[in-house]
Amino acid sequence: MDMKVSRSLAACDGAILVVDATQGVEAQTLANVYMALDHDLDVFPVINKIDLPSAQPEEAIKEIEDVIGIEAQNAPLISAKMGIGIEDVLEAVVHRIPAPVGDPAAPLKSLIFDSIYDSYRGVIVFIRVRDGVIRRGMSVKFMSTGAVEEVVEVGYFGPGRFIPCDELAAGMVGYFTASIKNIQDSRVGDTVTDAQNPCKEALPGYKKVMPMVYCGLYPADTARYPELRDALEKLQLNDASLFYEPETSQALGFGFRCGFLGLLHLEVVQERLEREYNLDLVTTAPSVVYKVHKTDGTIFQLTNPANLPDPSEIDFMEEPIVSGEIMVTTEYVGQIMQLCQERRGKYLSTDYIEKTRAVLKYELPLNEIIYDFFDALKSRSRGFASFDYELKGYEQSELVKLDIMINRENVDALSFIVHKDGAYERGRKMCEKLKDEIPRHLFEIPIQAAIGGKVIARETVKAMRKDVLAKCYGGDISRKRKLLEKQKEGKKKMRQIGNVEIPQAAFLNVLKLDDTK
Amino acid sequence: MMPISLYIHIPFCLKKCLYCDFLSAPAEKDLQERYFHALLSEIVRTAEEYRDREVITVFIGGGTPSLPDAKWVMQVMDALKDNFRFAEHPEISMEMNPGTETLEKLTQYRKAGINRLSIGCQSLQDEELRILGRIHNAAGFYRCYEDARQAGFDNINIDLMSAVPGQTRTSWLDTLCKILALSPEHISAYSLIIEEGTPFYEKYGDVSRGDLYDITLQKQEANGQQVKLPDEETERLMYADTLQYMCENGYHRYEISNYARNDVHNRNRYECRHNRVYWERGDYLGFGIGAASLMDNIRWSNCRDIARYISETGNPDKIREQREKLSIHAQMEEFMFLGLRLTEGIRISEFETYFGVPIAEIYGNRIRKFQQEKLLEQKGDFIRLTAKGTDLSNYVMAEFLFDHADQKNE
Repeated sequence: MDMKVSRSLAACDGAILVVDATQGVEAQTLANVYMALDHDLDVFPVINKIDLPSAQPEEAIKEIEDVIGIEAQNAPLISAKMGIGIEDVLEAVVHRIPAPVGDPAAPLKSLIFDSIYDSYRGVIVFIRVRDGVIRRGMSVKFMSTGAVEEVVEVGYFGPGRFIPCDELAAGMVGYFTASIKNIQDSRVGDTVTDAQNPCKEALPGYKKVMPMVYCGLYPADTARYPELRDALEKLQLNDASLFYEPETSQALGFGFRCGFLGLLHLEVVQERLEREYNLDLVTTAPSVVYKVHKTDGTIFQLTNPANLPDPSEIDFMEEPIVSGEIMVTTEYVGQIMQLCQERRGKYLSTDYIEKTRAVLKYELPLNEIIYDFFDALKSRSRGFASFDYELKGYEQSELVKLDIMINRENVDALSFIVHKDGAYERGRKMCEKLKDEIPRHLFEIPIQAAIGGKVIARETVKAMRKDVLAKCYGGDISRKRKLLEKQKEGKKKMRQIGNVEIPQAAFLNVLKLDDTK
Repeated sequence: MMPISLYIHIPFCLKKCLYCDFLSAPAEKDLQERYFHALLSEIVRTAEEYRDREVITVFIGGGTPSLPDAKWVMQVMDALKDNFRFAEHPEISMEMNPGTETLEKLTQYRKAGINRLSIGCQSLQDEELRILGRIHNAAGFYRCYEDARQAGFDNINIDLMSAVPGQTRTSWLDTLCKILALSPEHISAYSLIIEEGTPFYEKYGDVSRGDLYDITLQKQEANGQQVKLPDEETERLMYADTLQYMCENGYHRYEISNYARNDVHNRNRYECRHNRVYWERGDYLGFGIGAASLMDNIRWSNCRDIARYISETGNPDKIREQREKLSIHAQMEEFMFLGLRLTEGIRISEFETYFGVPIAEIYGNRIRKFQQEKLLEQKGDFIRLTAKGTDLSNYVMAEFLFDHADQKNE
């Protein structure tokens, strides 16, 4: 979500820091403030959710001043839900945020900060006009691609709708459409200018972000591969950080290896593909990008564990490390430190920002936090811990590939890379989880975890012995039919691998391993 | 004349059993009276449409049909006899809860024409009966059984339940042997199934599918349940014991959970004819709330709301819901998943006669697959579940449903 925030901040003149009166300052509050300050924005705080019984606005104000160090005594106390204090916010915007600068007479120079695809109007481009004016009928040029289009409609945003207008001038934020069908032509971060009278140079745009987490996305129904491709293409339109390329899996057939900014991003994309595009997906184990130094001196970026070269060809491997800040109330510091320890964290420091709260700084391997670290953090701190991280760099590490075999067949989609010290434990937990996830079949199913052919853990799904319908009473056949239909429907959500049917959700569920809940 | 069967639903219960998900209502006298008036009216008005039919079986179930005053059952029987034409020697069954029994009631039922009694015994261990939430004990059952014989009932079914919480293999065999010693004409022996929406479901979760057994046992531990369900191994042993003890004592299984006493002259004599109508897709009419009907391949159910049923005074046009004309595919599905419940299985020739297409053309692949998996077997004109297939009947039957996409192509 950092990406969205950063993109939006680049289109703004100021920012409102919304702090939850029941939570106070959280790790992401800090992260967002720093980002706003990096963009040289004026920031003023508001305290939201004051209608809740547990709201402590005075505490929140004190925290903002103590922790962030910005003045908050005059922060509007609001409830966005109840409509309390909204006028104060609008007044504060007028008084505390500087008016936009820019020359309406200069050639058009505008920044694309987002876009969406509409099947009737084509791409709807969201822009911030820095200089000049954009109006209906004029020809505009996308500076990075050179594409020229004629503007069909311009307008600005109202609550939940678009409001067309004649023109947008310097300082304004709004949208335009130009019957753009090729979504590659309108890249977020690009500069749009007047095709007849272009500005001299483009705006700096956005730093290209590198995906940090990769996973395979496969259509549950192999025939829907083209639909998945189209959907990914459309999603990428307003999500430049989404990366994808085709891949094939022995177990899952044709699909895509997709790159995400983090696990949350992955889940959002997955959710959108399923909800907005009505696709049923099988998601494979998320993986980070490893650097594999081969004995022949070449370096290979590994995004799919299945592609790991033979151990004899590997000199050493590196894994990405993040520096993380965890803000937590002092009573849970112990539990959180233990969690970080378990996840191979390197302890850096503890800062007490007030009597009851501490910021823990850790360096953590990225592959330890992409599965369920957030969940574990929340469950071990009763929801009080918050976490923010950024990529620090790569470090050499003793990594091994863990293979999972179901009914003696290697399931490539379940392979993953793990630190050798945690491999045994991981393998054991994966097998246990899979045992719960895989329904019983007519035959016994061994589930094994192996490293380089050596089995390190095993579980067995027992053979199914009883599956009988209840008393069929008073001739109510329809109800019995529904039960059978439900059973049959359940089978459809399975993925056949060899002789074994595995529920689609299992591929991701097996990675949620924290069992202290 | 075309045969027809009738089902009468009497929803009242003194107290709901903890495993029960059938439709029932509290036993207020005033409510009962209004319900029976509506029921009688439904019978009279419905019968007009079926003058050309001959009633072969009647089943009065619940709820607890033996709970209300016996006069109501007598009036229902009178209404049936006055308004429907009956075949010779119809089977007329009624359910009896030992907790509601008196010799006088039984005598009246017998006089009203009821000739088969189904006694809900479930267990002869008082502790198990308590856990199930039953309103009677073992002694109550014995009294009821003796009174039923004395009242002249010569065709009695006893309902039993295995895999009950707290039950052991020994306690189940004790119940089973004591029942066999009475030599009833028919025994229904069900494994407890935990149905959603029952107090048992809250306690024990879904164990209707074997593959959830492990998880369920864990859940029981987690909830600190004192009384545990028998584990899977024990449950399977109870089930195997049941079949063996029944066969050794002169009973045969004719449906997944139903056993009839062998009769020297006519082996099928004590099988429940009414139940067979359901499995063989004969026509039947249901009366009372929630009752289901099948008539000329149209299924419907009565409304489940007792207040509405009463206010419409059982008017058939107002209370019938979920009317569905069965497509050919739906009929084929039912032919399979209902017919396979019978031990003898389905008749290959009957399928072709009825649907005009060989069964192999429709279900050939599936039947072959199940034969290879030793879940189905063919014997002469019959295809039936093997012993293993009977244990996994859900798994097999679900495969005889068509994909919805297939049906659209039709």
